[in-house]
Amino acid sequence: MEALFAAALGILTASGVYLLLRARTFPVVMGLTLISYAVNLFLFAMGRLHTGVSSVIAEGAEYGDPLPQALVLTAIVIGFAMTAFVVVLALRSVGEMQTDHVDGQEPGR
Amino acid sequence: MNHGLALPVLLPMFIGCLLLFGARLSMPIKRVLSLTSTTLLVPLSMWLMWQADQGALQTYAMGDWQAPFGIILLLDRLSALLLVVTAVLAFFALLYAVRGDDERGRNFHALFQFQLMGINGAFLTGDLFNLFVFFEILLIASYSLLLHGGGPERVRAGLHYVILNLVGSAFFLIAVGVLYGITGTLNMADLSIRVAAANAEQAPLLGAAGLLLLVVFGLKAAFLPLYFWLPKAYASASAPVAALFAIMTKIGLYSILRVYTLIFGDDAGTLANMAEAWLWPLALLTMVGGVIGALAATSLHGLLAYLVVVSVGTLLAGLAQGTAEALSAALYYLIHSSWIAGGLFLLADLISRQRGAKTTRLIQGPELQNPHLLGGLFFIGAIAVAGLPPLSGFVGKLLLLRAVEPGLQALFLWPVVLVGGLATMIGLSRAGSTLFWRVGQSQLDSAELDYGRLFACASLLLLSPLLVGLAAPLLAYVDATVIQLHDLQLYRQLVLPGGAS
Repeated sequence: MEALFAAALGILTASGVYLLLRARTFPVVMGLTLISYAVNLFLFAMGRLHTGVSSVIAEGAEYGDPLPQALVLTAIVIGFAMTAFVVVLALRSVGEMQTDHVDGQEPGR
Repeated sequence: MNHGLALPVLLPMFIGCLLLFGARLSMPIKRVLSLTSTTLLVPLSMWLMWQADQGALQTYAMGDWQAPFGIILLLDRLSALLLVVTAVLAFFALLYAVRGDDERGRNFHALFQFQLMGINGAFLTGDLFNLFVFFEILLIASYSLLLHGGGPERVRAGLHYVILNLVGSAFFLIAVGVLYGITGTLNMADLSIRVAAANAEQAPLLGAAGLLLLVVFGLKAAFLPLYFWLPKAYASASAPVAALFAIMTKIGLYSILRVYTLIFGDDAGTLANMAEAWLWPLALLTMVGGVIGALAATSLHGLLAYLVVVSVGTLLAGLAQGTAEALSAALYYLIHSSWIAGGLFLLADLISRQRGAKTTRLIQGPELQNPHLLGGLFFIGAIAVAGLPPLSGFVGKLLLLRAVEPGLQALFLWPVVLVGGLATMIGLSRAGSTLFWRVGQSQLDSAELDYGRLFACASLLLLSPLLVGLAAPLLAYVDATVIQLHDLQLYRQLVLPGGAS
């Protein structure tokens, strides 16, 4: 399971970085979103991956670590707010500069 | 438990929320609310500084959950010092803003308060994940403040700033995740114990997480490969915002200092002081890069933004040496550089207002209405920031140069700091002579000098002679700060059973 999980994170991050380097606002926002998914899953995995154990706490039995879940929840909320902000900013930048390039001008001009 | 510890976070938070709900209140009411909160922060942080100077660490356990399980706020001499620096800078920046700059958007004051909440929280927290949360609070407020007033230049600089910081946040979370996955804690004092006790198998992963944190903090502090966002962002922000942002790079430096003395400090086994080897060359290169940028700047705002980069390099050189003398020199220089950079950004705006459409671009412009007054202030600011006697920049740089051990380090540091100071002086003289002397015959009659703005700007710049006058008690304080920072047992007792006060 760990290998599958790690491979999925790797693909997500690689796709995210690729999109980020496209230097157009929409792909950049998508890239940032993919990276933040990968980071959230990574944080979650830091409580170690288990199957079939109690999700929070159980007497005597093995249980999942609740703290990474709380961290992920916080990170997701913050990530939402940031994505919303960057989407609005990207729209504003297209409106102000008539281009969706992140430098505000077409390359080579 | 001292409830006063939570006030620097709670006060701006409540006033900020109030301002957010009252977005349609009339401007005078909003100004009074915002000014009240910011003014109260000054005596409050000074009171906390006095308390911290008693020597004991103070903690505040949120919801009375004891460390290391709950999130604590931690007040030591270092965080108290930075609270005072922030409060004073914010007070004058706001005083400047209420003379009209706040009218260009409805939520300026709310954002300003949330920004202060994030900054104060980042300085006070004793928990690494909580540091991340406060970073995000101060960042999202700073994104909006940077864009405040609108215009294509701000949007362009803002887009870079936002995207870079979002990537930085992702790195921060990865580093936090790795640290938690290996040590099982995020409390900084507890991390300090666990990292010191790490075995050979865990050490490389911890080291990787530590260096990832360095990248994140480096992005905030803006040192060499990571400072390219700063000049555009600072140069395009409105004056009070740029002045407040003078403290933003110091948050990164504070975090570097905190993490690499407490968690990866003297006692961390194979990982002890691992950042120093990286920071030393980066510090020198940052100074060189900043000076070159300052010489090439085409506007006063650009020049000042690059001088912020130079000051980051200077501070980093103090941090990277790892000796107590160099560190206390850096802390003294930190106070000076935050206030003077803030004052100079305000002054640049005052000059810009009298030059009409030419703003502060370094070209011939209309004659200023108050050339002697503004020129005099510019002269004071330039002397302070370039590090010439008798003002505070000189004291800071002198202490730093004296602290370096003779040998290879001195061979690199002395020329860079001294030639850098000379080049800064050249850049500033060129800017000053263009702005004040290479002027046309006519004045713009539209721009009257506003005395409220002038007061805020002059007060910040005149803190420089005050810093020289108060150098002895301040240096005693920063020396004690450095001793406290290296007394790891003091911090570790916080997480031992029955250790928290």
